[in-house]
Amino acid sequence: MPTQAEPDGPAIELRDATKRFRSSSGGVHTAVRNLDLTVRAGEFVAVVGPTGCGKSTTLSLVSGLEPPSAGEVLVHGRPVEGIPAGVGYMFQNDAVLPWRTVLDNVAAGPRYRGAAKRQAREQARDWVRRVGLGDFESYYPHQLSGGMRKRVALAQTLVNEPSILLMDEPFSALDVQTRGLMQDELLRLWAGDDPLGEGGGAAVVFVTHDLEEAVVLGDRVVVMTASPATVKAVFDVPLERPRDAEEIRLTPEFLEIYREVWESLREEVQIARERGAGNAA
Amino acid sequence: MLLELDDQATAVAQARAAGRRRAVTVNAVRVLLVVAVLGSWELAATYWIDPFYYSKPSAIWHRLTDWFTTGTSQGSIWTQIAYTLEEALIGFVLGSAGGVVLGIVLGRSRFLSDVCAPFIKAANAIPRIILASLFVIWFGLGMSSKVATAFVLVFFAVFFNAFQGAREVDRNLVNNARILGASRTAVLRTIVVPSATSWILASLHSAFGFAIIGAIVGEYSGADKGLGLLINHAQGTFDSAGIYAGMIVITVIALLAEWLLTLLERRLLRWRPPVAGNEARI
Repeated sequence: MPTQAEPDGPAIELRDATKRFRSSSGGVHTAVRNLDLTVRAGEFVAVVGPTGCGKSTTLSLVSGLEPPSAGEVLVHGRPVEGIPAGVGYMFQNDAVLPWRTVLDNVAAGPRYRGAAKRQAREQARDWVRRVGLGDFESYYPHQLSGGMRKRVALAQTLVNEPSILLMDEPFSALDVQTRGLMQDELLRLWAGDDPLGEGGGAAVVFVTHDLEEAVVLGDRVVVMTASPATVKAVFDVPLERPRDAEEIRLTPEFLEIYREVWESLREEVQIARERGAGNAA
Repeated sequence: MLLELDDQATAVAQARAAGRRRAVTVNAVRVLLVVAVLGSWELAATYWIDPFYYSKPSAIWHRLTDWFTTGTSQGSIWTQIAYTLEEALIGFVLGSAGGVVLGIVLGRSRFLSDVCAPFIKAANAIPRIILASLFVIWFGLGMSSKVATAFVLVFFAVFFNAFQGAREVDRNLVNNARILGASRTAVLRTIVVPSATSWILASLHSAFGFAIIGAIVGEYSGADKGLGLLINHAQGTFDSAGIYAGMIVITVIALLAEWLLTLLERRLLRWRPPVAGNEARI
């Protein structure tokens, strides 16, 4: 389990982080530029920005899958080298193993971390039940719907009890009703009777291009600029928890904060769109 | 409600009956086709063309029954089959094992694959069947020279597929496994190998065919036993029926092996969604 260098310190800290890639045409593409972001333990931060702006890159910096080109990335107060302990990452695309049953997919994490097969399955069974797939333990992924596969991915990530949960547009491929359901499910699991992570809920960074989703889920909403991504503005979401993902969209408070953030996001979306049109022309 | 269930049951029954009728028709036409081809061959060989060169179905049948009842010029037919099969099987097992291991290692190591790329390209460009002659010189007329030929043919067929399979592993799956706590070897074992399995299995189908070709050609180049020797002998005595008979025996063996491999594939790839229109596939 995660060893926290400073128990009260921030869970995630990005200091002036920059990430550059060599683009296929030989040039240099800057995905993230001079990014400063702090996420406290137990905090749910939603990150919104125009499509393709570099939000996912930010997550891969925190997860240790990609090292920053410049600047610092700290998790639990320590510079990230390799994959930090206690990090869970739910990818945009399905990352469940098609050749394993639901149960064995969820048991993968504990198995990788050295648990015996029987114990891993025991843990997995519990989580499969918690995400509502108790009757589908022995199904293969291709036999499940998109929403059910997301539940498998969620259980697979949560079974490791991460203290930091990175989510990269996990529900963007789902239809609207299923997405609402999964948002509720996520909030329930994050803040339920048995909160994730040790000593309170896990710190969540939830990347999305859907502002509605960001406001519904987050304690704070971070607006990113069009590529290269950096923080444009941060908004506190003054909505009370527990929230009902589907009902809360109808309240005046929701609309108010939505409008406020949208003012800021709109310009960036506009810039991204113009560029896209320029590329297309 | 009951009525609906009833309707459904009839619909299912009707669909089944239609499927059965279709299967019967397809098989009937197949049988007709075989009868027509063999019949016209037999007729042509009896009345017009010279059966000394082209042989005819009845003569081939006669030769086959002769082989299986009284034995061949080289002794019992079963000894020949067992000998060739043993060579092919050993070559197949060693060749596919080598191909899988090396393919996966090179597929996962950028450095090694860069270093080896030109050599592998060159090795693949060599007409490998010629090596059979070399192997006879190296290993003699016994079994090992045929095993070596089968090995070389199988190895490359499997190697390229395993290499491609290991390269095309979904990065997403690898990243996910690493985040979940997998070590390098765990990634190899639980992600790379299963991903490459469907590629490898696809190559094993043609690889067994190559193993048999390797063994037979090896026997052609010089041997004291085996189906290749039998065919070679038939060629030497202008016995075209014997060549056909040998071909048929080999075909049956290859079909049996193909069937076993399909069973294995079904077992290993249970997790895959059923392919649409599987029935129509040839």
